[in-house]
Amino acid sequence: MIVTITLNGKKIQRDIAPDTVLLDFVRNEGCKSVKRGCDTSNCGLCTVFIDDKPALSCSVLAMRADGRKVTTLEGLQTEAEEFGAFLADQGAEQCGFCNPGLIMNAIALFRENPEPNENEIKEFLAGNLCRCSGYEGQMRAILNFIEWRKQR
Amino acid sequence: MITIKDYKKASSLEEAYELNQKRTNRIIGGMLWTKMSSANINTAIDISGLGLDKIEENDNEFIIGAMTTLRDIETHKGFDLYTDGAAKEALHHIVGVQFRNLATVGGSVFGRYGFSDVITLFLSLDTYVQLYKGGIIPLAQFINMPYDRDILVNIIVKKEKIRCAYKSVRITKTDFPVLACSAALTKSGVRMVFGARPGKAVLLTDAENIIDGEITEENAEQFAAFAKENIKTGSNMRGSAEYRSHLVSVLAKRILMDMGGLEK
Ligand SMILES: Cc1cc2nc3c(=O)[nH]c(=O)nc-3n(C[C@H](O)[C@H](O)[C@H](O)COP(=O)(O)OP(=O)(O)OC[C@H]3O[C@@H](n4cnc5c(N)ncnc54)[C@H](O)[C@@H]3O)c2cc1C
Ligand code: FES
Ligand code: FES
Repeated sequence: MIVTITLNGKKIQRDIAPDTVLLDFVRNEGCKSVKRGCDTSNCGLCTVFIDDKPALSCSVLAMRADGRKVTTLEGLQTEAEEFGAFLADQGAEQCGFCNPGLIMNAIALFRENPEPNENEIKEFLAGNLCRCSGYEGQMRAILNFIEWRKQR
Repeated sequence: MITIKDYKKASSLEEAYELNQKRTNRIIGGMLWTKMSSANINTAIDISGLGLDKIEENDNEFIIGAMTTLRDIETHKGFDLYTDGAAKEALHHIVGVQFRNLATVGGSVFGRYGFSDVITLFLSLDTYVQLYKGGIIPLAQFINMPYDRDILVNIIVKKEKIRCAYKSVRITKTDFPVLACSAALTKSGVRMVFGARPGKAVLLTDAENIIDGEITEENAEQFAAFAKENIKTGSNMRGSAEYRSHLVSVLAKRILMDMGGLEK
């Protein structure tokens, strides 16, 4: 089936199987930051933006994104690097597998609510699981990032 | 794992309905529940192009299209205000924002899941389900109907003068509820719904007129005992019937205290 998606600003048209999920579609297009971390729509590792809203690419058909805009971490370089540096500063992660999904959803949070408090952060990021850490470093990184942006 | 042979974006409800009459075809809402199964779907019927993803509010009702996402309901200002924040409280525990940006109210209600926060919430409001062929019927009736091949078009919530509250108990933050409780204080008394018993949500009305006038700690406790006595609970991996029955009385009291502005 023919699908047309604007992926990271570039309009592409592909012939795909009807049951292709968006995750496999974007990975085939080279967006390897998007990963599958579970089978139950629970981990948030596969987060992409569909028309600027964060969504689980593992759980949505690529056909559903027909005619729409899809953004992955590869398309958000500056925003991702800025915030990513704060995560690195805190040594927030161990294996780092959860990192792209977390950065995507954190960016979605900052866009929707530029100065969230701790509760709002926890609530918005509840669907991003990290199997290695206890989220403390991530929380410090997010709070530091918000503070840095305020002072800029 | 599911497999899908063909995909059809319906251009009308009639077309979607016709396609849906074949047992091997399936309507795709958010697909989150469907994806967990091992169905071999012949034609996936996409109804996302029919303008059913909106919430319409007028003086008398909210009309919520079947394809409206749980996140859009959670963040709708008018609905939040109308439900005193109960809608947000019911929905915001469901997995995560990225999940709720996909999960639809149509799939949630059509599925009639026992664990459903969505059904628990709507059952405490004056809610109707609009089906393409079946017309408009009360949600309370719909949830006990056998599954058929109709299409859920809208959820309609009739406005009344109410106070609302919602509470659930979960083992971990984004897990299914062990018990969910939703209540509305209306002109004609208390309506309280218990979901995830773990069976389908049930509605309890104040048959003994315990809450007659203002809520007090005393009548809240009486109502809680009445609820514990009348709500049937069962056991599963998340909790025993005994534990759930205990929670019924705890949540009933807390929710009444909350609605009465008495919560400490
Ligand atoms: C991991 C996980 C955790 C969850 N946790 C919770 C929770 O804690 N609380 C809670 O309340 N819910 C929970 N849910 C359920 C979730 O919120 C949704 O209710 C569920 O995924 C169904 O919505 P959907 O849009 O994904 O429907 P789909 O999976 O697309 O559809 C479900 C069924 O309904 C049919 N259908 C869909 N739309 C229509 C329509 N308009 N007309 C007729 N038939 C239709 C489909 O054909 C299918 O049979 C969870 C689900 C998952 C997968
Ligand atoms: S891969 Fe885990 S939520 Fe998508
Ligand atoms: S650092 Fe390993 S999953 Fe988060």
